[in-house]
Amino acid sequence: MTDMTANPALNADKPAKVETPFQRFRAEFFESKIATGALIVFLIIVLLAVLAPWITPQNPYDLAQVSVMDGRLPPGSEAFDGYTMWLGSDGSGRDLYSAILYGLRISLTVGLASGVIALLIGMAIGLVAAYAGGRIEAIIMRIVDLQLSFPASLVALMMVAALGKGVDKIILALVIAQWAYYARTVRATALVERSKEYVEAAQCLGISRFRVVFRHILPNCMAPLIVVGTVQTASAISLEATLSFLGVGLPQTEPSIGVLIANGFEYMLSGRYWISVFPGLALLLTVVSINLVGDHLRDVLNPRLKK
Amino acid sequence: MTVFIIRRLLQALLVVFMMSVIVFFGVNIVGDPVYMLVSPDADQADIEAAISRLGLDRPILEQYWLFLKGAAQGDLGDSFIFGEPALKLILHHMPATMELAFSALILAVVIGIPLGLYAGLYPDSRISKGIMAASIFGFSLPTFWVGLMLIMLFAVELQWVPATGRGDLGSFLGIQSSLFTLDGLSHIFLPALNLALLKISLAIRLTRAGVREAMGLDYVKYARAKGLSTRRIILVHVMKNIMIPVVTVMGLEFGSLIGFSVVTETIFAWPGMGKLLIDAILQLDRPVVVAYLMIIVLFFVLINLIVDILYSILDPRVRLQDQGA
Amino acid sequence: MSAVLDVSGLKTHFFTHAGVVKAVDGVDFTVSKGEIMGLVGESGSGKSITGFSILGLIDPPGRIVEGSIKFNGEEIANANEERLQNLRGNRISMIFQDPMMTLNPVLRVDTQMMEAILAHESVSKQAAWERSRDALGLVGIPSPEERLRAYPHQLSGGMRQRVAIATAFLNKPDLIIADEPTTALDVTIQAQIIHEAQKLTKQTGTAMIWITHDLAVVAGLADRISVMYAGRIVEQGGIDDVIDRPLHPYTVGLLGSVPTANRRGQRLFQIEGMTPNMLALPEGCAFGPRCHARTDTCHRQPSIEDIDERRLRCFNPQRTAEVVK
Repeated sequence: MTDMTANPALNADKPAKVETPFQRFRAEFFESKIATGALIVFLIIVLLAVLAPWITPQNPYDLAQVSVMDGRLPPGSEAFDGYTMWLGSDGSGRDLYSAILYGLRISLTVGLASGVIALLIGMAIGLVAAYAGGRIEAIIMRIVDLQLSFPASLVALMMVAALGKGVDKIILALVIAQWAYYARTVRATALVERSKEYVEAAQCLGISRFRVVFRHILPNCMAPLIVVGTVQTASAISLEATLSFLGVGLPQTEPSIGVLIANGFEYMLSGRYWISVFPGLALLLTVVSINLVGDHLRDVLNPRLKK
Repeated sequence: MTVFIIRRLLQALLVVFMMSVIVFFGVNIVGDPVYMLVSPDADQADIEAAISRLGLDRPILEQYWLFLKGAAQGDLGDSFIFGEPALKLILHHMPATMELAFSALILAVVIGIPLGLYAGLYPDSRISKGIMAASIFGFSLPTFWVGLMLIMLFAVELQWVPATGRGDLGSFLGIQSSLFTLDGLSHIFLPALNLALLKISLAIRLTRAGVREAMGLDYVKYARAKGLSTRRIILVHVMKNIMIPVVTVMGLEFGSLIGFSVVTETIFAWPGMGKLLIDAILQLDRPVVVAYLMIIVLFFVLINLIVDILYSILDPRVRLQDQGA
Repeated sequence: MSAVLDVSGLKTHFFTHAGVVKAVDGVDFTVSKGEIMGLVGESGSGKSITGFSILGLIDPPGRIVEGSIKFNGEEIANANEERLQNLRGNRISMIFQDPMMTLNPVLRVDTQMMEAILAHESVSKQAAWERSRDALGLVGIPSPEERLRAYPHQLSGGMRQRVAIATAFLNKPDLIIADEPTTALDVTIQAQIIHEAQKLTKQTGTAMIWITHDLAVVAGLADRISVMYAGRIVEQGGIDDVIDRPLHPYTVGLLGSVPTANRRGQRLFQIEGMTPNMLALPEGCAFGPRCHARTDTCHRQPSIEDIDERRLRCFNPQRTAEVVK
């Protein structure tokens, strides 16, 4: 009886027409105003970052366009070149609004790239484990468990300590820190699927393992992978910002949001809050919106919630 | 039981050894520390002398062998910068970090569990929804940025507590800690809160999920059918079941608190091992980096081991044998 | 005989997102001192919800919307929580379906038995312990002192259900509601448990409501029987009357689907169709669509009428039931 109430999907006045799974997913996703809003915010952020060169008053990293005279101006000041710096300027006279959009480009690139690569690698390893079974699976999963016993942030920190600075190295560090989450997700699905009777039955009929992996396990792990991918990408963006803030992530020549915040840190105690706060808010919006979308995706896609 | 512990110990040793390989070779591929330590106008002879003094001229395998041999005797090499044994440096900075991580853990448990309990018991109330929204933020907000905001609010604007550094040490039962003086407490408040935020959110979520699950289970309904007071049902029947996973996870999180303290210590200029690590990375002080990483790995392996054993004691259903490898 | 429990016009509805589920929709019955009343129906017929309603254990979104529950003459439908807490486990006990789920896994048996006494009486722990031990002895548990120290997972399913029965009798209640207490057990254990329950009710004069889907169980146990379908009682009467001469087509069908030794070789009777969707009950008689005896009148809702010393909710009583049987 109470099961029914726990299930928001059960809606009496829903039309009885047959929906494709995707349509149902779409309808359920947009039922949540918060998640829809978060998705819109995230898309706007992506759009702003992509369009940065065309919608900002200056390219903050073209030295010819930056004037030291504009240094540390509070929000709303007029720049030497005549435009208004709505968010103020940083220590070297860069317009913060421009710097943030350019910074978002780097942060999003690093976050998405590491997310996608880690997903592909983790998924491949998880599938190999599921396909091979036996000893190989045991060894792979042992390594995965082992790595997951360390927090991702610490693994990433270890990796940058070992690898050094740079976009490629940061992405590598983030991939190494996160692949195991995806591998574990694939493996969890594989365990569930393999214990199902139809798979056992299929194996008794002599259907190949290959087919079991690609027809049963792979399609079934897509939903959880998407959820894990969303959350992990948010955490990758946040992690990159953290490492860059600590000075062990991206160099000054690749000024991601984290680098901007770090640059503003020294001015903070003297009351020039905006240099750190505005990039921080941009980071916050990005990470929180992705997490809200991911949180809701989990609810919509989680088969356990739909009985 | 003994077999289980021995097996776990062997496994732990293997992990530590594997990490030593990864860490040592990883760190030794990074840039050349000599050029940071020798003045820019030093001639070739000075550089050669420095290299041989630091042992950097030997083959890397030999360096690793020497490192392993030293490590077995508790010698992880001397810091390039301070000239002191790396291990000693780290142990010197360890109490500050432990103190911070411990305070954060206490804050997380004391704040997080009651809030989670409330949110789990009254999932539809406004307060609960507020608590859950706050916990999503707690998860999403990057620690370092929250740290900055805390400094701005409490130290710069309100000037209630100092922004950086560790306060005076006090002594209690032979333990030296800044937790025993008022000045120390005022210094540790912000960094501990900062470090605790993520774990508060975690404790809230774990407790809430546990309470909600338990409240729907038959044994709670049965306890109600026996006419027990709500208070006894929640405090004894529900909490005792929930505390097992919560305590386990929070215990495991102690290691991650030490890991995360790297960020908090850097922001609040807290003189712990985390700040030491960041300084060492920036100055390419390889022995200190390696020593820190080795200690952290050892730490994690130990915590996992202890939690595994504790878990089997706490939960009468878990049989050690069942856990297998 | 005076009625221990008098339920009349009880309606318990669940207000879900999907619509109102009328889980219990107008149920009347009485139970007298020392009497065992079998409450029989398929899953989802509202029999368990009826039991929980009596104890006031209906959680939102469900609530008792109408009707009266008189316990020893006192109205307890929608009584305040304090009064209900006082009755539960003390004057009215409940035994649940699955003994694996109802005993709290992290508390020892003694804790869980003693708390049922201590919640209602101020006696010493020693006295509570002794009573618990004696109660275990009464339900045929060997070496009760040892069992008291055990955790639930160390006991077998049958043993756990004995613990639950012993707990139910601890405070010498006036009424025990047993919700399918033998469904989860092996057949041989089932028989023992039924025997113990029957023996104890006769000894103590406790009234009992035995909820089950299994007519074979109540046939040898109950004094009277109420058959429920889709939230309503469709037939009610003395056990022999109902079992030997069922009048309602549903009862006929239920009896026909019980395999017994003296009908070996014959086909078992099957009730057509499936249990109804409680959100979209058919017009008129809820059993109509599945009924082999339906007529045009069945699209109207039949009311419950007194016929031959029993109560029946049907337009077409099955006078020739023997044929089907």
